[in-house]
Amino acid sequence: MTAHQTIESKAPAAAETSRAMTGAEIVVRGLVDQGVEVLFGYPGGAVLPIYDALFHEPRLQHILVRHEQGATHAAEGYARSSGKPGVVLVTSGPGATNAITGIMDALMDSIPMVVITGQVPTHLIGTDAFQEADTVGMTRSCTKHNYLVKDVRDLPQIIHEAFKIATTGRPGPVLIDIPKDVQFAKGEYYGPHEVQSTHAYAPRIKGDAARIAEAVKLISSARRPIFYTGGGVINAGPKASASLREFQALTGAPVTSTLMGLGAFPAADPAWLGMLGMHGTFEANNAMHDCDVMICVGARFDDRVTGRLDAFSPGSKKIHIDIDASSINKNVRVDLPIVGDAASVLEDLIAAWKTANLQPNKAALSDWWAQIDQWRARQCLNYRASDTVIKPQYAIQRLYELTKDKDVYITTEVGQHQMWAAQFFRFEEPNRWMTSGGLGTMGYGLPAALGVQLAHPDSLVVDIAGEASIQMCIQELSTAIQFDLPVKIFILNNEWMGMVRQWQQLLHGERYSHSYSDSLPDFVKLAEAYGAHGIRCDDPAELDGKILEMINCDKPVIFDCRVEKNENCLPMIPSGKAHNEMIMGEVEDIGNVIGEDGAGLV
Amino acid sequence: MTANVQPAPASAYDLSPSGQAEQTATFALLVDNEPGVLHRVVGLFAARGYNIESLTVAETDRNAHTSRITVVTRGTRHVLDQIEAQLNKVVNVRRVHDVTRDPNGVERELALVKVRGSGVDRVEALRIAEIFRAKPVDTTLESFVFEISGAPSKIDKFLDLMRPLGLVELSRTGVLSIERGVEGM
Ligand SMILES: Cc1ncc(C[n+]2csc(CCOP(=O)(O)OP(=O)(O)O)c2C)c(N)n1
Ligand SMILES: [Mg+2]
Repeated sequence: MTAHQTIESKAPAAAETSRAMTGAEIVVRGLVDQGVEVLFGYPGGAVLPIYDALFHEPRLQHILVRHEQGATHAAEGYARSSGKPGVVLVTSGPGATNAITGIMDALMDSIPMVVITGQVPTHLIGTDAFQEADTVGMTRSCTKHNYLVKDVRDLPQIIHEAFKIATTGRPGPVLIDIPKDVQFAKGEYYGPHEVQSTHAYAPRIKGDAARIAEAVKLISSARRPIFYTGGGVINAGPKASASLREFQALTGAPVTSTLMGLGAFPAADPAWLGMLGMHGTFEANNAMHDCDVMICVGARFDDRVTGRLDAFSPGSKKIHIDIDASSINKNVRVDLPIVGDAASVLEDLIAAWKTANLQPNKAALSDWWAQIDQWRARQCLNYRASDTVIKPQYAIQRLYELTKDKDVYITTEVGQHQMWAAQFFRFEEPNRWMTSGGLGTMGYGLPAALGVQLAHPDSLVVDIAGEASIQMCIQELSTAIQFDLPVKIFILNNEWMGMVRQWQQLLHGERYSHSYSDSLPDFVKLAEAYGAHGIRCDDPAELDGKILEMINCDKPVIFDCRVEKNENCLPMIPSGKAHNEMIMGEVEDIGNVIGEDGAGLV
Repeated sequence: MTANVQPAPASAYDLSPSGQAEQTATFALLVDNEPGVLHRVVGLFAARGYNIESLTVAETDRNAHTSRITVVTRGTRHVLDQIEAQLNKVVNVRRVHDVTRDPNGVERELALVKVRGSGVDRVEALRIAEIFRAKPVDTTLESFVFEISGAPSKIDKFLDLMRPLGLVELSRTGVLSIERGVEGM
């Protein structure tokens, strides 16, 4: 039996409420019924029927990007800042291939996204037709799930199911490839509640009660506990962040987080240790190394976090809460796995803690905090200040100070500036920080900022950028102008692919092979060419005034912040080293710190 | 250099491959009978660097819209657990069963084996085939094609014996599996 026959047989009662329409109309109606308000797209031959249907649909706002990669990152920014799925509409062939980077990015960072691609008509599939690409074949490994729609009768079910799969369990991108003849064909529309999934897809939400009871006992008996939290807490919604805060208050344990998890726990809280991992803080990494009970919530023991695996937190009992069972015991063996949604499990942990009337080991905790305070006293983020050149860290600090009282959202590109942003910008709330973590995609920040601005029209949205990364999706500035999205692009311009330069300095004998940002555009003129506002600053004394000028400008702004060119991003756990083998800021001969073996790693 | 570089103790939690023995495992998958499902499963193995030693697939229930895939793979226990978890994540996969770990698991394979020879070797081949309950499905004056089924290890053994007697060609189905008892998968 094919899927459409299932629908017919299972939803006969729905026939009254449904009506016949074209495949293209079904797509548009399905999006509306799924609560979609904004979609990011780019037209082309194979999606023209859908664009035609959009023409008549005032409830959907279509944001015309300038490159399909931009559409996917914008959808990611929209999704991550709003908790709603991001929706993308692109044409076949090059439209689909251009979208792939952002689809992969969404897969790696678990971003709910639905991508609709046009396809050549069914009878031309396999003939190397104009703008034909095997889109479902190419995207099988970079989507959570994908579909090729061969019959218009399958379309309503597929659309609703795609949203369900994208947004539930571990979120991710789902792609629907629709041949042009299917967009023209007439079929019946069914609403989200009228279709039944034929798949066995049913993610586990509730954690195992016995394990939860065991976990709270383990946590209350801990002498050196730590919370290691990740993007899963953000994905599980604001309730998860609230529960994390409540559970932390009960247990008194310090909290660190991955790059993706920033904001789930407030940076202003005294229990916050800062980010962990390769460019994490000395206190977070040492506490991870020395802890006796680790409570991992919605994080996945990524190599950027663990450092040398065989020396990762050797003495701890590890509790791992994750909605994705395949993340458990993947890189690191854990003692107490709990498969479930972070919000649900945290809530159950709180309830179990209270029911069992548990208390933390106060005496042990106070020793633990004393130890942590010693690590904090190292002031690992210190850098040499200057009053002649703008230090990149200083620029982020000033940006933070001058925007912290505003309703601010931050996106980033990829490189040193991204890590400095993670280290020096402080987040008190979830969904405020959008960055490409898993894939590390240069070019993410600007389009993501557009998506954020659409979800939060009255907020201040800043893309903290590098001069190299920003050039990867700079064309989206035109989108910003068209749709009146006053995003601020704050470029830490060090004239280098700084992160590459840093690795070459550390690992490749200071041979700076092709990492200099030559022939840079004049960013101020570039801003003006697009109709945005350009600002340049190279004097620390003028920085505050110019940042305020940027914030107060009601147009998109490119801020060309000329910073120290050779600054390294520290502290750093070099690849292949353990958490307690960090390179600190005061190192003189940095070229000799990492051995030959480290150079082979990424 | 940093002041706090200390030799770190090796962790008991290390999952790096050294030290763990590899083993063979057979997974039976019940999947949606849809185009692309096999690619999804095979692609998962390829993308994550897992081995496929054998693979069988066919529609098993037209009404329930399901096919069954049996895949034989090799890896450390940790890798095998990962494979199982990753397979379970594929939206089109309805059930994953580790047949090797199931004491009630039955595994069978069918092979067609062409043996060429004359004289004593030919007689010997036929005699061994009888012992293995392999059935001649074709014969010429100087060759046999045997059909043999059974546990993969039995077929391996049969092939070992046929090799010196003139094994020319071999076609194996790959492993099929099912659980003993009344319950279905
Ligand atoms: C699309 C893509 N290509 C290449 C890289 C590798 N890469 C990582 S950081 C970086 C340099 C980024 O330079 P810039 O944007 O100026 O940031 P900086 O490190 O100087 O702050 C490169 C090339 C990447 N992450 N993404
Ligand atoms: Mg740079």
